[in-house]
Amino acid sequence: MKKTMNPKSMTESGKIRTPFRLLLMVLLSALAAGLGYAVSTLSSQSPGSGEWVAANLETSGVSNPVTAVLLNFRSYDTLLEMGVLLVALLGVWSLGGIPEQRESSPGPVLDTLSRLLVPVLILVAGYLLWVGAHAPGGAFQAGSVLGAAGVLLLLAGWRLDARFAGLPLRITLTTGLGVFVVVGAVLMLVGRRLLEYPPSFAGALILLIEAAATLSIGMTLAALFLGSRPEAGPDR
Amino acid sequence: MEAVTLLQWAFDAVLGFALLWLAWRALASPDLFLAIVLFIAFGLLMALAWVRLDAPDVALAEAAIGAGLTGALLLAALARLESNNETKAAHEKDHEPEVHD
Repeated sequence: MKKTMNPKSMTESGKIRTPFRLLLMVLLSALAAGLGYAVSTLSSQSPGSGEWVAANLETSGVSNPVTAVLLNFRSYDTLLEMGVLLVALLGVWSLGGIPEQRESSPGPVLDTLSRLLVPVLILVAGYLLWVGAHAPGGAFQAGSVLGAAGVLLLLAGWRLDARFAGLPLRITLTTGLGVFVVVGAVLMLVGRRLLEYPPSFAGALILLIEAAATLSIGMTLAALFLGSRPEAGPDR
Repeated sequence: MEAVTLLQWAFDAVLGFALLWLAWRALASPDLFLAIVLFIAFGLLMALAWVRLDAPDVALAEAAIGAGLTGALLLAALARLESNNETKAAHEKDHEPEVHD
């Protein structure tokens, strides 16, 4: 990879930047010192809310404390994260059409590799989603593996069929946030607080939300990689 | 037991310094492609650091999103930037005579 800047402009910008670099170094040193002080004054035996989580784990519907926090005790945060992902994609799409990358032929290695890997990646995503209830895993990890499968497919030259690029794609992208909001709203309608799952079927609700979120996260990440909005068919 | 603890300390120290070094190199590198590759390497080592901190959930997310997908996104953006510059340069060359007419 060649350097795009020519050497003259680089030295000039380097000269201009020197005071800023010094300022940056001073500020960063102050930040590092402050963080170091904060860490050194932390009491080494602060339990945080770990004990509370452990005590209430049985009512959460899952046995993995991380999933319990992410999708039950603090599920509002996760709901907002889904919203952030969607807004990020909308932001990228609103920048307008980016010219499609030149048609590159993927070559036999990438083609075969993607054919072999994509089913495995989908399987791994499903496993991570399922195992998230009682071991490390969960919707974001599963979704990003699904997204990686999508990126691999895009690199190998695969494009979403125009029939699915309109409404079906949008529905898939918003399912995660949609299911989350619907579950929260229904729970409020039956007299509970937002996203306060009844313990008897909290596990099922979490799995439902995570499944929808995984699909949306995977599609969103792959769509972010593609950059521009895929061309929709004429029947849109 | 002593030797194992010492080995773990040494591993953690090497990991910590490698992270700092990679972060510095990624920020200071004028070559964007090199910076992205260093960023991906940083993400992978960071995932290892999370494993050492007994946080496999975060390690999984870091490896998949931090190193994998962010790296892919950055590389795609770099490819677009460069192809954009090339087409712009080509356009300016093509259109110059027309402007003078």
